[in-house]
Amino acid sequence: MIKRYLTFFAIIVTCGLRLVSQAVDHQHDSPTYAQHEHNEHDGHDHSGHNHDGHDHSGHAHTAPANAQPHAASHDDHAEFDAKATAFHHISDLNVYNIGPWNLPLPCILYASGQGLSFFSSSKFGIDNAHHGSGHYAIDRYVLNEGKVMRIIEPTFPMGKVEIDGFATQETEVDGKKKYIDLVNYQGVPLPLEKSSTADGGIFGGGITGFYDLSISKNVFAMLLVIGLMSLVFISMARHYKRAPGTAPKGAQKLFEPIILFLQDEVAKPFLGEKYARFMPLLLAIFFFILGLNLFGQIPFLGAANVTGNLAVTMVLAILVFIVVNLNGNWHYWQHILWMPGIPAAVKIFVLTPVEILGVIIKPVTLMLRLFANITAGHMVITIFIGLIFIFGKSGESPGAAYGASIGSVLLTLFMMAIELLVAFIQAYVFTLLTASYIGAATEEHHHGHEEASH
Amino acid sequence: MGGSIVAIGMGLAAIGAGIGVGMIGGKALEAIARQPEAIGDIRANMILTAALVEGAALIAIILAYLVA
Repeated sequence: MIKRYLTFFAIIVTCGLRLVSQAVDHQHDSPTYAQHEHNEHDGHDHSGHNHDGHDHSGHAHTAPANAQPHAASHDDHAEFDAKATAFHHISDLNVYNIGPWNLPLPCILYASGQGLSFFSSSKFGIDNAHHGSGHYAIDRYVLNEGKVMRIIEPTFPMGKVEIDGFATQETEVDGKKKYIDLVNYQGVPLPLEKSSTADGGIFGGGITGFYDLSISKNVFAMLLVIGLMSLVFISMARHYKRAPGTAPKGAQKLFEPIILFLQDEVAKPFLGEKYARFMPLLLAIFFFILGLNLFGQIPFLGAANVTGNLAVTMVLAILVFIVVNLNGNWHYWQHILWMPGIPAAVKIFVLTPVEILGVIIKPVTLMLRLFANITAGHMVITIFIGLIFIFGKSGESPGAAYGASIGSVLLTLFMMAIELLVAFIQAYVFTLLTASYIGAATEEHHHGHEEASH
Repeated sequence: MGGSIVAIGMGLAAIGAGIGVGMIGGKALEAIARQPEAIGDIRANMILTAALVEGAALIAIILAYLVA
């Protein structure tokens, strides 16, 4: 038994080392690339903080497409930027990246004054060697590291226009560093609008002048998981209808205990007799979150961070908020707005405001808890892998990188095991808290019990 | 400089969650020792409470990371 475990670990560590050696080889190459490009493109190095990795000189395409070095995509003078890499890997993209390949996804973009644009992101001419940046601007939109951004300059021509590359400009506003993305077009750097995201721009981007309604990486992962789950559950439901009372078969054996557990341990204790009304909601929430949590942890499959996206968890939380408050009975609202048995002044100045805050804070904590847990997991894994590049000093000391990779692979394995547990726990916690909020809002009034508890 | 203050904040969040999860685990073990037949209920509640405590710490850590 132990021998089998040891073999398993040996295989994993060997795989890790091979990956690292490829990455380190590539890292070794990149400084020379950078040198080259610097000389060639001195003409439009206005920004001072140029992303050499994005300059499109002819030989950039021949770079090996395996084991993408993350450091190279930022800038080659500075060390590996763990934070930027982690943020890049957990943010939503307009390409679906599997390993080094960036698969195109449909882009649906809207900007006022320019109307709707609908095209595949392959039209940008995605460069696999450089984290999926595009070679072309289409209707003023460009693809910068997999994200669609828009050129602010109103005189920029519409349609398909070849661009030279991307750069980042660093400015300081009120003592805080701010980065502005630039696109090099005919030797002139033009500022870009950040990518359009609904989460308020936590991972770059934000509410910008255009709307990105694309089937992005997260949306694609969500549709895929919803499709898979519908297939499994519809076939299961059909079997229950066709042959009721028979022994479960296939996927039923896996899902029946989970559904029964949710019904008996979550729904019934909190919701009492009304549990059947809310079971569809609870099951949908549980399996949606669980499916996406697990899908996001499959390595080399894009690792779409859907449940770690604030917009997604916000929609889930708003759903819960609506269900709780629509189902709230008279006692629920009475206890929020006008708690009986307490002086009026206390109610007006303390209790009612606090209770109303509580109504809003409950879904907000639901939203933040799921988001923070999943995002932290993805980030920690990225940073553990990033340790290899930090120790290897971006290719300067391959020995340290090999040494760090052993520790990094083991730490990452450990973290992934924890994340597997967290995927189930967070789905369970979200469902349980939803059930408890609904239960509190729909609870029947027991006078004796109430006097004791208040 | 801002980064180091944020690091202290992240450390404080981790300390708080560590104390919380430690107490949950310890009390759960005591409860299991006293009533081994209730192990299923205790384990489920322990994991749930630990997840809640950890959630608070993770929110603090994510916010610290974003502020930094």
